Amino acid sequence: MMCRRQLSECQHLRCSSLDTPPTMIKAILVFNNHGKPRLTKFYQYFNEEMQQQIIKETFQLVSKRDDNVCNFLEGGSLIGGADYKLIYRHYATLYFVFCVDSSESELGILDLIQVFVETLDKCFENVCELDLIFHVDKVHYILNELVMGGMVLETNMTEIITRIEDQNKLEKQEGPYNSASTSSLKAGLAAAPARAVSAVKNMNLPQQIKDIKLPDLPAAIKDLKF
Amino acid sequence: MALRKVKGNLERMFDKNLTDLVRGIRNNKETESKYISQCMEEIKTELRQDNLAVKANAVAKLTYLQMLGYDISWAGFNIIEVMSSPKFTYKRIGYLSASQCFHQDTEVLMLTTNMIRKDLNSHNMYDSGTALTGLACFISGDLARDLANDVMTLLTSTKPYLRKKAVLLLYKVFLKFPEALRPAFPRLKEKLEDPDPGVQSAAVNVICELARKNPKNYLSLAPVFFKLMTSSTNNWMLIKIIKLFGALTPLEPRLGKKLIEPLTNLIHSTSAMSLLYECINTVIAVLISISSGMPNHNASIQLCVQKLRILIEDSDQNLKYLGLLAMSKILKTHPKSVQAHKDLVLQCLDDKDESIRLRALDLLYGMVTKKTVMEIVRRLMTHMDRAEGTMYRDELLQKIILICSQNNFQYITNFEWYVSVLVELCRMEGTQHGGLIASQLMDVAIRVVAVREFTVGQMALLLDNAHVIVGPAAARSSIAEVLYAAAWICGEFSQLLANPKATLESMVRGKVVSLPGHIQAIYVHNMLKLYAHIIATAEEEDDSEMIEEVTNLLLERLPVFVSSGDLEVQERASCIVHIVTYVQKCHKHGDKVGADLALLMTGELNPVAPKAQKKVPLPDGLDLDAWINDPPSESEEEEDDALEKEIFVKADSSYKHRKEKYEPSEEELQKLRDARRAEQASNPYYVKSSALSSPRPNHNSIQVDEIPVTAIDLNVSLKIPGMTSLDKYQVVDGWQDGGKKRHKKQKKRSKRKGQVSSSSEEEINRMHVVNTDIGEMPEGAHLSDDYEIDDRPEDDPHRALDINLDEPLSPNEVLPTRTHYEAHAQRKIESNNEAKLIPSEIPLKMKTRNKKERKEKKEKTKKVKKEEKKVKKKPSRDANLILDLIDPLKETVISDKVPVAANHINGIADAKNKEKTSDDLDFWLSKELSQTPESCMDGTTKTASPSTPSSSKDDSKSKKTKTKKEKKAKKEKDRDKPEKKLKKNEKEIDTLSRNRDEYEETNGTVTQEVEEKLAVPEPQPYSRLLAEDSHIRIVYSTAAMDGVMSEILVCIKFISQSSKPISKLQLILPDSSALKMIRTDPQSELVNLPWSLDPGESKETQLSFTAEDVTIPHKLRGSLSYIQDGSSSSSDISLRLEFPVTTFLSGKTASRATFTDLLSSGQLSARSSFTLPNCPWSFPEVLEELTLGGSLAVVECVDQTASLYGRSLHGHHVCLLVKYQASHHLTIDGKSTEGILLSNALDHLKTTLMQKQ
Repeated sequence: MMCRRQLSECQHLRCSSLDTPPTMIKAILVFNNHGKPRLTKFYQYFNEEMQQQIIKETFQLVSKRDDNVCNFLEGGSLIGGADYKLIYRHYATLYFVFCVDSSESELGILDLIQVFVETLDKCFENVCELDLIFHVDKVHYILNELVMGGMVLETNMTEIITRIEDQNKLEKQEGPYNSASTSSLKAGLAAAPARAVSAVKNMNLPQQIKDIKLPDLPAAIKDLKF
Repeated sequence: MALRKVKGNLERMFDKNLTDLVRGIRNNKETESKYISQCMEEIKTELRQDNLAVKANAVAKLTYLQMLGYDISWAGFNIIEVMSSPKFTYKRIGYLSASQCFHQDTEVLMLTTNMIRKDLNSHNMYDSGTALTGLACFISGDLARDLANDVMTLLTSTKPYLRKKAVLLLYKVFLKFPEALRPAFPRLKEKLEDPDPGVQSAAVNVICELARKNPKNYLSLAPVFFKLMTSSTNNWMLIKIIKLFGALTPLEPRLGKKLIEPLTNLIHSTSAMSLLYECINTVIAVLISISSGMPNHNASIQLCVQKLRILIEDSDQNLKYLGLLAMSKILKTHPKSVQAHKDLVLQCLDDKDESIRLRALDLLYGMVTKKTVMEIVRRLMTHMDRAEGTMYRDELLQKIILICSQNNFQYITNFEWYVSVLVELCRMEGTQHGGLIASQLMDVAIRVVAVREFTVGQMALLLDNAHVIVGPAAARSSIAEVLYAAAWICGEFSQLLANPKATLESMVRGKVVSLPGHIQAIYVHNMLKLYAHIIATAEEEDDSEMIEEVTNLLLERLPVFVSSGDLEVQERASCIVHIVTYVQKCHKHGDKVGADLALLMTGELNPVAPKAQKKVPLPDGLDLDAWINDPPSESEEEEDDALEKEIFVKADSSYKHRKEKYEPSEEELQKLRDARRAEQASNPYYVKSSALSSPRPNHNSIQVDEIPVTAIDLNVSLKIPGMTSLDKYQVVDGWQDGGKKRHKKQKKRSKRKGQVSSSSEEEINRMHVVNTDIGEMPEGAHLSDDYEIDDRPEDDPHRALDINLDEPLSPNEVLPTRTHYEAHAQRKIESNNEAKLIPSEIPLKMKTRNKKERKEKKEKTKKVKKEEKKVKKKPSRDANLILDLIDPLKETVISDKVPVAANHINGIADAKNKEKTSDDLDFWLSKELSQTPESCMDGTTKTASPSTPSSSKDDSKSKKTKTKKEKKAKKEKDRDKPEKKLKKNEKEIDTLSRNRDEYEETNGTVTQEVEEKLAVPEPQPYSRLLAEDSHIRIVYSTAAMDGVMSEILVCIKFISQSSKPISKLQLILPDSSALKMIRTDPQSELVNLPWSLDPGESKETQLSFTAEDVTIPHKLRGSLSYIQDGSSSSSDISLRLEFPVTTFLSGKTASRATFTDLLSSGQLSARSSFTLPNCPWSFPEVLEELTLGGSLAVVECVDQTASLYGRSLHGHHVCLLVKYQASHHLTIDGKSTEGILLSNALDHLKTTLMQKQ
């Protein structure tokens, strides 16, 4: 019963994957040593459930390999098939996995992963897993400068970094936005001490505070002790 | 007001941002899903707010949750809202989210068209960049069609960043909207020359990917890529190009020959491993495509293998892996060169990396020969003993069997050895390949008659030791399958058993009931065979004791099987019990039944051809779709419905469908049955009910789980006593462990003594013969009735991109532009009684609408879309018609709104063009070939004409026939008027002298030939004298290479007129301001010619030039210096290369269709003409001059009037109308897009025609 259901899902997957055009890089996955996804980019459509299965399967394939073996793996069953390869690199706690077809050079992709990681390192200054955890959006923007729609866009690191810095500048010019970056919050409401605010937020209070009616507002502000 | 603002800000401050969300999830590890669902609720409330910043924040969080596996497609509309924000920060968030969760079927995408267009055209580079990146992820067919033109516009952006992205996006556009390919391709091709390396690389990337999928359409680009390959230093690009060449070479072997040299150079020079590897790969592909005819063929293979060996020996596992991978490609065509590295491959089997071991195994499979098979298998078996992990061990086992059984046991010389190997393999614990071993055993036993007795003996032993094989580990494996084979073999060939009774006992004894059902069934059935055999022999010998003993044994043991849960076992057992009791009864009466009993099992066992089943012709009157029995009633169907759905997921629909089809009456059914029976009776391939045929093995249902586990802990060694050990064969065949070197010496010696086992393959005799008949086939069927299938799946989008790109564009092949598409979109909405949607209005509009309305609208638009899709498929006229019907509001007829299918082809033009483009490629291929050193060395002169190589090969032949023709012509002409004769003679002398100079047909033109040529005018280079002195004569011809590079190719031919060899030829050609030579060494004006000229010899070189302005004629001055052997000083000749404007023209894309289109389009604004009142030349001669000297192509020729066409390297069109009146009055009218070009061209033509006068 169970098996059958999985099978039909696979069939569904196959149908859906044919609808989207095959790309040279089919997916880019970054997950940690425990298989927790840190960045997923699928250049071919899979529904969320399938995506998670693919991540899981890929993790199982990759994680059981020693560090001193080669970085190529021939196809998981879910993603790809005969023409596709998994090319990965393992950095400290993170696996960077690219699922590519035969039009890409294996060693070239390995280089690309290196470029990606080095770029991350430059942008985050000694990148670590936490950077990827908290700034997954930024990582995406960086990745978008390397790979576009499953095709290699740029491999020159200086060029990539210039583009990213330009865009960050643009973002800063546009003023505060306190969602994506913690630092820009400083420019928020009368430069409220960011830590205090986030401490409050972490107490899981926001709902209550938000519920406070407008007339109570000054009191609420007083309580915060600017 | 201010307070409200403060409140808004405050609320915002307390909204969770992405960081808070992530932190929250990390802090709530135990209750993660609960926490997230709580956050989802918050996000939903946030999304309901007006503030775009809040929405953007919510969408950013959603994007994160999407990564964790939460479906966020419900927020599609909010994502679009955020995408439409004017702020880059929010826009970026929106696009990121969209690229993560949208796909081409996302319905909200159709709302985005105008918004994305706005973003693409934004003045902010990063807005467009973000839009391009996002679009690449979720582009749909509709978006591709609507935005293709905008993407094309970005190709010409001043910012390389955008050009680069637009180029890449084009690939996606093509996939979704194949009609865009042809109109867009020329621009894309231009991008190969983009000044920015990133853009260039992107263009290469896209074209390579297109070409990889449909290589034949891109063959004509080979010269361009070749140029890029030899000039570029960007490794990424090189890799792509080299990979592309790998895909192109199978289509054009000549290309391969050209590639070998630069590729080997790259292999030698590059330090980048990735590039080296790809070069090797492509060289391999080349070598595969040209199986012969390369002089340094072997050298290239050796080079590859050598380099690969270095890779494999590298400590980097990645290189090792790739090396092995590439090696296996060479193996297919050149096994010998790989076999030399057997040691290396075997060494890789010991590698700790499983991927590498598996690769090495693959290699071994192909490296086996008759000589090496035993050693390799032995090695593999020792590996198997050592290997950890059943997966790898199984892989090894499978490979051993594959190696041995390939090509009908091609490499097996000693089958006793092979059977022993198989028996040995049975000892493998926990294998999943029991069925494989079993089928091999049966195969050998049946087909190799010579070792049958041996096999049967081994099988008897196996049966005897069944408990060892089906040990405690057997539960997880399928090893019990071998018992199936053993039982069957022993039963079938029971006459060969040494001790049938003992075997029968071992079959009956012990754990048989614990085996899977199908094996038990075989056991039971073969017991009967054995029994029959024993009875028959015992009766002959009058051994009544034996008979009684055996009968009792069976009667005692069989009841166990009679009560078996397995239907097959039970049925067979009860049948046999009755047979045995019957036999017992007969014996009591003293009757002999042995012979009769044996009859039950007789029958010859022949192999059946693999495709025999498929080839059995369908007998007349047999309807496979008809019901054999009455279809089950309606109620039953319903009852079984639930069950059926589960078991036969797809059976349901076809089931009902079939029912409607045909319901034969009872009478018909009876008739059919009778007919079938009659058929069967006459069909020799049908298993008849009268004779019991031997059971065929059935391996496909190995159900491991079903094997009941009864663990016995036996301290028995796994060695089965009495089984032949493999070592025996090793000694017999001279293979010994270790001491390989010594061993080789022995081998040599033994070779001289003429022993069987060593030396070359041919000397190895097969000890046993395999029955390798193709097997039985139905009458009239042939094995080879196979047809090729396109292996691409039907809906592979690349199928649609199989489009001829060389064919000129017709005017209706344009990208849909914004103007008419907007009208279209508007109508769509109007027809739905919806207000017009402007991107900025979307949020407001949608908010006021309730969900129901939204749904309705979706459905409506869906409908319209569907109809649109239908429309798209039809030709444009129909499309307009249908649109008229759909939309009563439509007032004006919009022409060519629907792009005409790209494969709309003007038959004649297409054929012509194909010819032309192939000519072009041929030219390029042949010219480069003649440049390769070996062809220069062999002393023969190669043709410079753009004729196909076949014609150049046949040079001497054609020349002979030509001179014959000329002689004939001469004879004929001799009878003509004297004055004409004189002229003709002159011409002939000229021709002959040129022939001596090996001008070849290009110049040796005779009037008769011109007339022949008129039918298919081919542009050929027209040689002009460059310089001449007493020692050397130099002629040159020019040809426009109408590729992307806009080059002019100059062939300079040096003809020795000296009696001594000429050497050290040096050309000095400084660039002029407008004309530049493409040099290998850009610093030097010198061109050293690497060869010397022997007396009477002629050689040529080719130079490429680029011109900045092609509308004016150019000149280039230079000099040639050379040394004549014997003289100490060098001689100099000054040269003057002339490039009249016609040099820059080529007529190859001429077709009548484009020509008339051009003329009617009004593009040709410039006009000019001249007349020659007293032209002494005949009309064909004039035409010849224009086509050869003027590089124009004849488009149409009626009587004495012709129209010609030429296109300059920079895309200017030149059209000429040539009228020739009876009184030698020649008028040439010209039209062109470029006035200066036209007047210069006409001037040049006029002077040349005058000169001829």
